[in-house]
Amino acid sequence: MTEPTKTMLPPDEAARRVEASLARRRKAERRFHRMGLAGVLIALTFLVILFASIFSRGIPGFFQYYVELEVQLEAARLDPQGNTSVESLYAGDARGVLRAALFDILQPSGRSARRDAGKILSAGAEQRLRKMIVADPALLDTTQTIRFAVDEDIDSFLRGFILRDTPEADRRMNERMIGFVDQLQAEDRIHYQLSDYLFFGSASRNAEMAGILGALTGSILTLFICLLVSFPIGVASAIYLEEIAPKNRITELIEININNLAAVPSVVFGILGLAIFINLFGLPRSIPLVGGLVLALMTLPTIIISSRAAIRAVPPSIKDAALGIGASRIQVIFHHVLPLAMPGMLTGTIIGMAQALGETAPLLMIGMVAFIVDIPGSVTDPGTVLPVQIFMWADFAERMFVQKTSAAIIILLAFLIVMNAAAVWLRKKLERRW
Amino acid sequence: MQENTPAIAEPLSADRQAPDKTIGELFVDNPRMSARHVNIWYGDKQAIDDVSLDIGASQVIAFIGPSGCGKSTFLRCLNRMNDGIDICRTEGDIQLDGQDIYDSSIDVVPLRARVGMVFQKPNPFPKSIYDNIAYGPRIHGMASNRAELDEIVEASLSRAGLWEEVRDRLDQPGTGLSGGQQQRLCIARTIAVSPEVILMDEPCSALDPIATARIEELIHELRESYTIVIVTHSMQQAARVSDRTAYFHLGKLVEVGETRQIFTNPSHELTKDYITGRFG
Repeated sequence: MTEPTKTMLPPDEAARRVEASLARRRKAERRFHRMGLAGVLIALTFLVILFASIFSRGIPGFFQYYVELEVQLEAARLDPQGNTSVESLYAGDARGVLRAALFDILQPSGRSARRDAGKILSAGAEQRLRKMIVADPALLDTTQTIRFAVDEDIDSFLRGFILRDTPEADRRMNERMIGFVDQLQAEDRIHYQLSDYLFFGSASRNAEMAGILGALTGSILTLFICLLVSFPIGVASAIYLEEIAPKNRITELIEININNLAAVPSVVFGILGLAIFINLFGLPRSIPLVGGLVLALMTLPTIIISSRAAIRAVPPSIKDAALGIGASRIQVIFHHVLPLAMPGMLTGTIIGMAQALGETAPLLMIGMVAFIVDIPGSVTDPGTVLPVQIFMWADFAERMFVQKTSAAIIILLAFLIVMNAAAVWLRKKLERRW
Repeated sequence: MQENTPAIAEPLSADRQAPDKTIGELFVDNPRMSARHVNIWYGDKQAIDDVSLDIGASQVIAFIGPSGCGKSTFLRCLNRMNDGIDICRTEGDIQLDGQDIYDSSIDVVPLRARVGMVFQKPNPFPKSIYDNIAYGPRIHGMASNRAELDEIVEASLSRAGLWEEVRDRLDQPGTGLSGGQQQRLCIARTIAVSPEVILMDEPCSALDPIATARIEELIHELRESYTIVIVTHSMQQAARVSDRTAYFHLGKLVEVGETRQIFTNPSHELTKDYITGRFG
């Protein structure tokens, strides 16, 4: 045997070098570990700050101040026609009845004092009284203790945003009104409680009457249309592209375009919707139908991409098995591929829907930003959606709107968290039943 | 003593190259399936080169050969499973009971009901044992009521030797069975649609020796009612279960004959080398 020109490392030298490199590797590992941990901690900190700021501002938004009054519901004054119809009630003097109840307590003397006293009640008080009578005509000619929301200025004062030591000329409440409020408080008639206007009210210029029900209904109707359109089309496209379409240039081009569509800014979809649904098809503006269609355009790529991934994850052996006993291609798809891919498809769909729920920009383009007091009853009634409502409220200067904006954000976040949790739960429950 | 280098690596001498014409008895008296001049391409690569072969009725024929020799490809063209592969192109004439299965008038759905397939890895559906078996009869409309379907399920499981083991848990998932049971379930699923031919693509390669023995026993029992084509890497298995053996090499069918003759007295050098374990 000839002497080898290149020698191997002796074992102890090799072990020493491995030891040396080991220290370096461990250090790198620790560094990476720490960096990852730091990243997570930073993200968590921001999340905590976000939640803390929204909750600290939003929680008071769920509550507001109410004043308790004993109201004499005289039938003759409230319901002049005696049939408790809406016209009759509007012809009646609900305002007078309420003021009488208020003046009973405050005893204002003189015209201007009475005017100031009248400002304490929210403008929605009369409407509330009429609604109560429509719901239960037996209340007529009785005396009821009813709580009415106070006007937004009074509310702000009670919350401490309007201060007593501000000069009278600079504040929105004069001394007399403060006196009235003190008087009501002394009689324990002012109550701070969960706001029913927030949940059951609709858009309003009066902060104390503003609520999210209209926007929430709009959101639900819009998402309903979005789901109805995007889920079947998305799943069908995914099945076609993955299982049926021949793999050639054209399908490749379609694939690239779908992936690109997922990255298109959502406002562009809004402009597209404006051009097609409103200008070309002549659909009305501001309706959930158009909103849903626009959001469906935006959600489609997400659904198609996740559905395709889910279909691709179905083991080919299952497809072979079905084909091997003579299932047709469509039977393989509907009996085997679809059930196995469904969890993934549903997860993708829910995440797409959650995106759509939080979307504002494309809906601004199609006019869902209008100020609409009525709660939409169908997909063709004008309406708005939660994020747009938040966007509009954020524009108002009143302190109460600031708090209600945060309250609405909390509600929107709650919906998003519920939807994402549903996606996780669904995936856990349905995936791999074998 | 010959040199120790693997035979596959050395330049092949004339008698060790795949012959232009297959050696042995290609044809039988009562063929169930017959292939004539079959060529298969994957894109530009030819996987099967001019193979002609008869598959006798109620016989077991084993396809053997080294990896990549095209035996599975040829098996899969017998029930057109290769149709699903876009780049795969098949030429030639393959007949089932005298009918060209690649004819444009032939529907692959009934064809695959007549020529069933069992795969390398047990692949039960993620459904109950009952539904696994009942799926085929259901899609082909073979049972008109529940009682008939029950009968088919029981008969299929019995023939596959699985009935006694699973009769009390038909509603449990088929995927909960052991590997060998799963493979027998797959065989039961195949015979539930009453095929004439069963293609088996290395049905025991994922199983332990005991489960393998059960499957081999089963093949023995099934040969009376079905024509069976089995691809195997195990020469002992081919010797144990088959009546005829076909040896493939690099896309060519080198030699076909009675299993006994192939294993005891192979005519071609390549067959001899493979069977004696010189390469593979």
